Amino acid sequence: MALKIPIELYNQLRQHGEATYPHECCGALVGEFDEAGEKTVKAAVQCGNTRTDSLANRYHISPSELVRIQREALLAGQDIVGFYHSHPDHPARWSATDLAEAHWTGCSYLITCVEKGRAVLTNSFLLLDQEDAKNFEDEPLEIVVD
Amino acid sequence: MSIKVLIPTPLRPYAGKQSVIEVSAQTVGEALSDLVTKYPDLRKHLFSEDGKLRSFVNVYLNDEDIRYLSKDTTPVKETDTITTVPSVAGGR
Repeated sequence: MALKIPIELYNQLRQHGEATYPHECCGALVGEFDEAGEKTVKAAVQCGNTRTDSLANRYHISPSELVRIQREALLAGQDIVGFYHSHPDHPARWSATDLAEAHWTGCSYLITCVEKGRAVLTNSFLLLDQEDAKNFEDEPLEIVVD
Repeated sequence: MSIKVLIPTPLRPYAGKQSVIEVSAQTVGEALSDLVTKYPDLRKHLFSEDGKLRSFVNVYLNDEDIRYLSKDTTPVKETDTITTVPSVAGGR
């Protein structure tokens, strides 16, 4: 199953990575799960990166931001469907740190490689299984153009 | 009293696929205890074997992290909402 994302939001999250370069950007993806579990992104919410000690290669979203985003999403009949962050001058693939720090099973984790300030490749990964045996699976991205 | 607990996406399979669950409690600790009594499969996803909250699980009472309140003994009111959110972090 692919993660569906409107082209405007796809561009927006990539541009976020360009704007924060050479630091990692991060954000939440809000949208909907259908009955089959397929996800559609309706909003890409920029978040602050609290890892001010290591912005070039680490990110962390404040739990208080997550609480606010989750609450607002539920009020709108939507949900957190995933997250995004960037890898400055580094491949758009998950790292050991990305996996160790990932806990939202069933959600998508998008990573954008930003090379010398320009967004190059964006990949999506679905976090699977339970906490003690988790892994990322490559997830197709369906970019929706109206 | 009855208060609401918001369940994040990754935990809903263990909470009857619900995003909001009502529990009976006077404190945050009692609320979480009632939650895992109602939905036993949630226990290992929220708590480690020593009974403490797992390090990546954040619990908020309204807009306040319970770590900065009175943790488990934080009292709750009927209009309160408890939100559980796993951490989001990583990096290359």
